[in-house]
Order: sequence, then structure tokens, then C-alpha cells
Amino acid sequence: SAFPWFGMDIGGTLVKLVYFEPVDITAEEEQEEVENLKSIRRYLTSNVAYGKTGVRDVHLELRNLTMCGRTGNLHFIRFPTQAMPRFIQMGHDKNFSSLHTTLCATGGGAYKFENDFRTMADLELLKLDELDCLIRGLLFVDRVGFNGHPECYYFQNPSDTQSCVKKPCTLDNPFPMLLVNIGSGVSILAVYSENNYKRVTGTSLGGGTFLGLCCLLTGCETFEEALEMASKGDSTNVDKLVKDIYGGDYERFGLQGSAVASSFGHMMSKDKRDSISKEDLARATLVTITNNIGSIARMCAVNEKIERVVFVGNFLRINTVSTKLLAYAMDFWSKGQLRALFLEHEGYFGAVGALMELLKTTEDP
Amino acid sequence: MAECGGVDSSTSGHTMDKSITLPPDEIFRNLENAKRFAIDIGGSLTKLAYYSTVQHKVAKVRSFEHNAKDADSDKLYEISVQEEVTARLHFIKFENAYIETCLDFIRDHLVNTETKVIKATGGGAHKFKELIERKLGLKVDKEDEMTCLIKGCNFVLRNIPHEAFVYAKHADSEFRFQTTHPDIFPYLLINIGSGVSIVKVESEDKFERIGGSSIGGGTFWGLGALLTKTKRFDELLQLASKGQHASVDMLVKDIYGGSYGSLGLTGDLIASSFGKSATADKEFSKEDMAKSLLHMISNDIGQLACLYAKLHNLSRVYFGGFFIRGHPVTMHTITYSINFFTKGEVQALFLRHEGYLGAIGAFLKGAEEDNPNQYSWGENYAGSSGLMSVSPDMNPMQRARSGTFDMLEMDRLERQLVNLPLLQDPSSYIPDTVDLTEDALAREYWLYCFEEALDGVVKRAVASQPDIPEANERAEKFRQKYRHKLQTLRHQPFAYGSLTVRSLLDTREHCLNEFNFPDPYSKIKQRENDVALKYYQKAVKSMEELSWEQRQFALVRGVLAGNVFDWGAKAVSDVLESDPEFGFEEAKRQLEGIRMCPVNTVSGPPHKCALFFVDNSGVDIILGVMPFVRELLSRGTEVVLASNSGPALNDVTNGELQILTERIAAMDPVIQAGLREDRLTLVQSGSSSPCLDLRICVRVVVFFLSRLDKVLAMVVRERQTDLVIIEGMGRAIHTNYYAMLSCESLKMAVIKNSWLADRLGGKLFSVVFKYEVPAGKPSQDSAALTPS
Repeated sequence: SAFPWFGMDIGGTLVKLVYFEPVDITAEEEQEEVENLKSIRRYLTSNVAYGKTGVRDVHLELRNLTMCGRTGNLHFIRFPTQAMPRFIQMGHDKNFSSLHTTLCATGGGAYKFENDFRTMADLELLKLDELDCLIRGLLFVDRVGFNGHPECYYFQNPSDTQSCVKKPCTLDNPFPMLLVNIGSGVSILAVYSENNYKRVTGTSLGGGTFLGLCCLLTGCETFEEALEMASKGDSTNVDKLVKDIYGGDYERFGLQGSAVASSFGHMMSKDKRDSISKEDLARATLVTITNNIGSIARMCAVNEKIERVVFVGNFLRINTVSTKLLAYAMDFWSKGQLRALFLEHEGYFGAVGALMELLKTTEDP
Repeated sequence: MAECGGVDSSTSGHTMDKSITLPPDEIFRNLENAKRFAIDIGGSLTKLAYYSTVQHKVAKVRSFEHNAKDADSDKLYEISVQEEVTARLHFIKFENAYIETCLDFIRDHLVNTETKVIKATGGGAHKFKELIERKLGLKVDKEDEMTCLIKGCNFVLRNIPHEAFVYAKHADSEFRFQTTHPDIFPYLLINIGSGVSIVKVESEDKFERIGGSSIGGGTFWGLGALLTKTKRFDELLQLASKGQHASVDMLVKDIYGGSYGSLGLTGDLIASSFGKSATADKEFSKEDMAKSLLHMISNDIGQLACLYAKLHNLSRVYFGGFFIRGHPVTMHTITYSINFFTKGEVQALFLRHEGYLGAIGAFLKGAEEDNPNQYSWGENYAGSSGLMSVSPDMNPMQRARSGTFDMLEMDRLERQLVNLPLLQDPSSYIPDTVDLTEDALAREYWLYCFEEALDGVVKRAVASQPDIPEANERAEKFRQKYRHKLQTLRHQPFAYGSLTVRSLLDTREHCLNEFNFPDPYSKIKQRENDVALKYYQKAVKSMEELSWEQRQFALVRGVLAGNVFDWGAKAVSDVLESDPEFGFEEAKRQLEGIRMCPVNTVSGPPHKCALFFVDNSGVDIILGVMPFVRELLSRGTEVVLASNSGPALNDVTNGELQILTERIAAMDPVIQAGLREDRLTLVQSGSSSPCLDLRICVRVVVFFLSRLDKVLAMVVRERQTDLVIIEGMGRAIHTNYYAMLSCESLKMAVIKNSWLADRLGGKLFSVVFKYEVPAGKPSQDSAALTPS
């Protein structure tokens, strides 16, 4: 299969791009390699940022990976979906179409931007289903591991903030699993094997909701900014807790006083509205969205009779508040029956799955 | 995790000082007899409950001692008006701002000094505890909110026929009321207060909070206030109803450019709530943000509700709490969400008296020694406000009512709700033939019809109490009350559940009773009974002269001709009033053209037992029904005559029928033998309505020769009833026209209303003669609606 090897996942908020950089190029190959292919490789591998908004997650790079008989490094790059027109323009400027490669794309944007690729850059996309790609990519990355370490982790003692620690683990026997993909929105899948899965449900309260509400409430502009604020805030100034209503636990129903009774419930009062900080609001937004996802995921797990719940998606990027909260929620409300698992490459599995499809299609002509 | 208390906790209700003068005879009624107070104080509304006894005038009939020789009294019986005491439950809802004024008022009017305690629930009970104790001198006894809520919910579901409804925004009628299922358990109650509580109710005393969510009404209100700088909950809903969520939400089509076909997700589906607002360089309108927030929260609650319903395998899901409380906007979004997530398998149900559940439950907790749950209670249409829509585009009537007082009154019924054992499928039985909530044309006609008839009813009410000078005044009050009800129903046909001819008639009876006109037709009935009785022997004799086959036709014609004599029908009362000589013979002649087959009701082998629901007094019962009954008895069929327990129009009541039957027995050996051998039995139908709900049959007393207490349902079962005869427009056309019985049935009536005749495709004074045999038994033709 001809280089370059790309896999792309165009989501509602972010575009995820994986690029396989071959490191086993023979001298002969090097000689035959056309100039713009070389320049693409150099551009991507020698930078960690692209334009104003493109970022390469260097810490996620998978080194000395063997794919389709070739050895190389897999790079993980993301940029906002808003920058798609500029990206397509770049494809045109770099004369990408002359490389005669297939561009494998998944996510809703593969459909939305298909025509733009065609007319602006003379490129045909191979459109792939996002859930197929997600599962295939996830299983692949878990299989190859994270540069000698496990891709998967969980939290030990999730109910105790003092002794809660992140522990690596393997997904040796991954099925059945409940896969919760938290992007702009949330999809929840019950996965029984690589090719046998169903979408159980979804919710529109996802990462996009967190960021969207944070922007409106605090005036922040980026996910990083929102998370930074959230890390400093106190949601109990915003949320009404059980003890705010009952003075303590609601014993009749086994509810702890510290449980949230009403998200943003304190904000019904003008005095309280006037006395809270932006950080508190950001934190409350994050906690509300995370708890809700946890609640729905837990119900789905019980309904589908699945004990392993795997959380992925870019909402969890640099977001230990949410991962720990999800781990706690799964453990506490299921009385230890459910276990929350997380993966290091959070939001990139769809793109990896798209790349694998490229390698598969070129294998069997 | 977001499991939560989900309680309608006290919030910053705006407490303006509103000094009001309460009209005592309209709001806190019967305080002089009141006891057992309970109060439910929520975030903005207070609900007060108490028990009272009401003195009512009731009409009783008593037989004169008649010996055959004593001819100077031509009256058959005397009518007396007696006082009867019945129990009533009062529930009043008002804004928290009025609480002090109301407590003062209650203190000033409360007579009963036995009351020492007031049961209290709701988030505000704590806040107002001191005030209540100081003002009323009663000890506040707090009860658990959820327990009260469930108790209240069970109570309304069991006692109020059209309590639950499905909300359909774009349908002809927004409210589709559910017929009460005799077994109300199990069900799921989703209470959306500040947070959400999900409660599974399995029996009267067994319920469990199986889950909840912190994203509830408080989230809508709190986040909404932050986003839009709008303080009030109602205003936020109003904003939301004007907004476009697609400018704030990221839809599937924003990501895909269209739908996500392989998953069946349409383009308009919300992929990410507030997904478009993650930008600094755009302004969003308050309306759009409020709408997006409303969708986000409603969808989320709907989704959780469905997950819990599925997990516990429950299909009845009721929604309540301040987030719902009659707001069409939230009922619509919750309904939409439930439909989406269950693909129509689960229906979102709402309750007409949702706001009262806590107060009802707290009251029941306090009244346990009176055990109100062992009785049946019925909504008193005269004293209850009915459901008000609080849609943003309120009509002027509703607007005038907001900020005032809402009331629910329930009267104790001396009967229990039991299904007639002969209903083919009790769960699907709907008594009413036309639902006027859905049929706008029919509604308009009947409302007009009842309004037109009002003058006549008032006149008759006054005439029924000639010796009581203030009858005029009371009759005027009745007129105002009933006219107001009709006006309300014109704007809000759903106010008391499905609007039907039956409910319009019942409402009129409730209003008449309210103003102590227990039986406006008593004198007319008395006169007609006297007159008709004189012709009885002649009528029987003329029947006996006929050949067997001719007699069968004549008997059926006799029942139908008798049924023409009905003061309830305008077309007839006009004639009766102008020409009192309009005779039975004339009516029979009118009906002579009719060819109907009396089928195997008379030509087959005799039935074991016939249950006959009778209609009018006078000619109808005496010259029409009794000869027919006589023929049945002669054939060896036992007969159970079911008549009204209480008066309604000129329908014969059980009390009157007992006297009439005794008198007829004295003249007729066949009837006499029937009574003596207990082959002719009189029972109360349990109803005081010109219509008939076969589900309300009845624990009542059979006062006849056997002097045994028997339940109609039991009599029916014991005697192996195999034929049911239902007579009259009210019982056989307005109700039960489509009722399916498990034995043979005969529905007979003369259509005395030209509009209805038109509707059914016939003419005025056409006949409905509907003979039905349940599926599986050999069927005969029925001759429905043969034009005269």
C-alpha cells in the first residue's frame, strides 16, 4: 500500500488524525519517494504544532510499531473541526491528490466535508462508519500496547480520594464490554466481539455541552481553559446537596448528605448567584455532565448485564476530575459490581480504525 | 454521583405582601365543621387539606298506608326532605405569599376545638413551622415528603376516574385521559422537583426509590437564571417556548451534513446540547438558550425514566413535580423524550391533581384512624376548580385565575367501585359514547344545549320547593355556578377529565345538590306515577288480549313508547309542558310503523335471569317496563330491576320504585308472586345520574322482601344473569352504546334529541333497539335505529 498512511476521524468539535511514519525505508524507496511525500513526512514529524490550532500529542506516539509488514511510528494529531476548510485548502496546495493514495475518513465530517474534499482538493474520501472504526482501533491499540506498557488503566480505591491511584491493566478478555464514547455528544455501545456490537443509547449531554455551557457561563474559550478553571472551583457552592435540604443524610432512601440533590440548584437564589466564582461554575458544569454520563452508563450496564465499562473520547483528555468521578460513580452506585476502565489514547481510536481500513483495503485488491 | 433527593425544596419564593380579603363561602368552605388539617408547603405554592362534614338535603319518599277502600287520597306516596350528613375532603392551593392571610382566616373561622395537630410536608414546612404553630395554635407534625406523595398518588389514581392523561400537543385534544384501571399497581412515579426522584410503587404501602438524578427543575431554573438573567421559573418556560434550540445545540446534521442513516439518527436530532455555544465570537438569544436547556433537561430525564422503566419492566410511568405541574411546555418535551427513547412502548402519563398529591398524602397520614381509604371518594365538580392550562398563551379566563385559589373537593361515596361482572372486558370498557373533549362539534352542541336548558332547570328547581321563600335565591346561585362551569368547560374542556354528556349531567346534579335542590322533579314524578298507575291494569289487560307474537311486539313497543316520556329531553319536555294530554297511546301509535324483531330475547328459550336498568318514572316504568317484566316473569325468567340510588331528572329512584312495585303487586298476581318467590328483585344501581357507568355497580342495599344487604354485582352473579336490558338515552346511547357484555344484551331508547338523531343517521323520535349476543354465541340481527 502506497504511502502516506493516514487515518482521519472528523468529529463535531475535533478532527483526529493518525499518521504512520515508516522508519524502515530502504535507500531504494527513499530515492523513489516523491518530493511532496517527503515534505509531508518532514512537516508532520518535525513539528508539534500546526498553524494556530493543530497539535501533535507527542506523548501518545506509538514507536516502532509494525503495521502491514512495515515498521514505523504512529503519530497522533488533532485540530478543531472549524479548521477543516483550511486543512482541505492545504491538501490542495500540497497537491495531495497527486499521491494517488486513498484518504480514509470516519466521523460525521467524512460525510459533511466529502464534497469539499472533492471540489477543493480533488480528493476522494473513503467514508467509514465511526463506530466500526472506534472498536477496531481500540482493540488494535490495546493489543499492541503503549510502547511496552498497557494501554488500559483503572483507579484503585476509587471511593477514597486519599488512596485512589491509577493502575495499569490489560483488556485480555475484553468482551462483553460497555463502551462509552464521550465526544461532543455521547454514544454508548455494547460490544460482544470485534464485529458484533450494538449502540445501546446516547446522550446529547457530552463534552460539547461542558465546553458550550462553560463558555456561556464563564467567558472561557478553550477546553483547556475550562478544565483549568474547573480544577480550581468548588461545585458545592453551585449545586444543592442532599444535606442542604435535609440537614444531613436522607436516611429513608439511603442518600448521603454529600450527594448532589439538584445540579445548579443553589443558582435559583439571587444571593447565591451573586456570590459564586467562574471557577465554581466551571467545576459544577464538569461535575454535572460527568455524573450524568456515569448515571446513564451505569443503567445501561445493568440493563445489558455487562460489568466492564470502558470510557473513551476526548472529553477525558487531561481530565482527571472526570475520570476519577466516573470511576467512583461506577464503583459506589453498583456496590463494587461495575468497574470503570480508561484508555490512554482516549479520542484517537476512530482515526486508528480508519487507518486500519486503509491497510485492509489495499491488502485485498 | 447524581443520585439525589429530588425534592421540591423551598426556594426563594418572591414574598410580596399581598393582603387579600377572602370570600369565606367560596374558598375555605365548611371550616365550622373542619377537622384533621394537613398542609404541604412547596417552593412557591401552599396546599391545605382538611376534612369536613356537609349537611345536605335529600329527598325521601314514604308510602302512605293504602287500603283498597280508602280512596280519598289519590297520592301514592309522600315526599319529604331530610337532612343527611356526608363527608367531604377539601384541598386548597394558593401562593405562599398568601399563607399568613390564610392562616389568620382559618384561625378566625375554625370552630372545632378538638383539632390539636396539623400534618405538614414539603420543603417549606420547616420554614413556616413556627408561623403555623403561632397562628393556629396547632402542633406541626412533619411527615416524610415521598411517603405523602405516593399516598396521595395512590388515592387520586384509585378515586378519580379521569385522573391520568397523555399529553399530545398537536392533537385535536391536547389531553387524552386514561380510563382507570382497577389495578393501579405497579407504576413508576418520576417526581421532578429541584432534582429528580424515581420511585417504584408496588402496592399501597410498598414503594422504593430506585433512582434519581440531580438534573431536574432546579437545574433548569438555576442554569436558566444564570444564562438568561431571568429570575422566575414561569418566565424561563415562556422564554423557552419562543426559542430555537438549533442555534445553540449541535445537531446530527451539523456533524454529518445530514442524517446518520446507518444508526437511524435523523439530522434534526441533538448530538450535543449547547455544542454550538463553545465559541467566544457569537451571541445567543435568551430564548434560544432557554429552549436548548429545556430540551437538554427533559431529554435527560426522559432517558433515565426509560432506563428505569425497562430495568423494572414497568409500562405505567407518571410524571409530577413543579417542573411538570400542568406546564404544557414541559409536558410536551417530556412526552417527546419518552416517545423517542422507548419508540412508543412507554407513554408519559401526567396527573390532573398532581399539585395536590403531597397534601392529600399528609392528610391521609393524619386521618388514618378514620380510615378514609376504605371508602370511595368522588370529585365534586361543583366545588372543584378543575385542571387549568398554564400555557404561555393563556386565554383570558385562565389569566384572571392565576394568582388566586385553586380547589379540589371530594365527597365520600356510599358505594364502592366494582365492575359489573358481565362486562366483556372491564379494562377496555369506556361508558361514554362520545368524548366531547375530542369532538369539538359535539362539544359545542351539548354545551349550547345545556346552557339553553338552564332556565328550565332553574324554574323547576324553584317549583320543587314552593313553600321555601329563599329557594329563588338559591336557584339563582345554582344558575350562576352551573353557567360558570359551562363557560369554563367551553375554554377548558379537559378541566374535569374527558368531557361527556354524562359529566355535564353529573356536574349539573352536583351543582343542584350544592344549593340544596336534591330532587327538582320529585313532584312531577309523583304526579306522573299516580296517573300512570291508574292505567296499569288496563295496559296489562290489552296485552293479554293479543296473540303471543303480537304481544311480544307490543311489549317492546310499550317500553319504547314509555321511554318517550322524558323530561330530561328538551324536545319532549316542550311537548309535555304544552300538552299534558300527550298520551301513551299516541306515542305507541307513533312507533307503530316500526318493524323490529324482538328476536330471541323472547322467541328463544327463556333466560335464567334478566338485569334491567330502568329509566324514567311514570308512564315509562309503569306502563312500559312493568308489563315487559311481567312477561319475563311469566316465562320463568327471574328479573332484577336496577334503578338509581339517588334522584336525577325524572328517572325513577330505587325508593320510588319500591313503592310503585308494591302497589302494582297489590293489583297484579304475577308481580306479587314474583316478589314473594324472590324472582323479582329491586336493586340500586349506585348511580344518581341519568347515565350509567357499569363500573360503579355498587355496594348497596336491597330493601325488599328479603331485607338482605346485597351487592348488585353479587345478585348478578348468584342469579346467573344471562340477559341485560338497558333502557333510555342516558344509559343506552350517551353511555354504553358500544359496551360489550359477556351475555346477551338489549339496548332500547327513543332518540329525543334531533341533533343526536342526525348524528346517528336518523330522525327525531327514532328508536335504538340494539340486541347483541357476545361473540361465540349464535347471533341474531339487531335492528338499530329503525326510522319511525
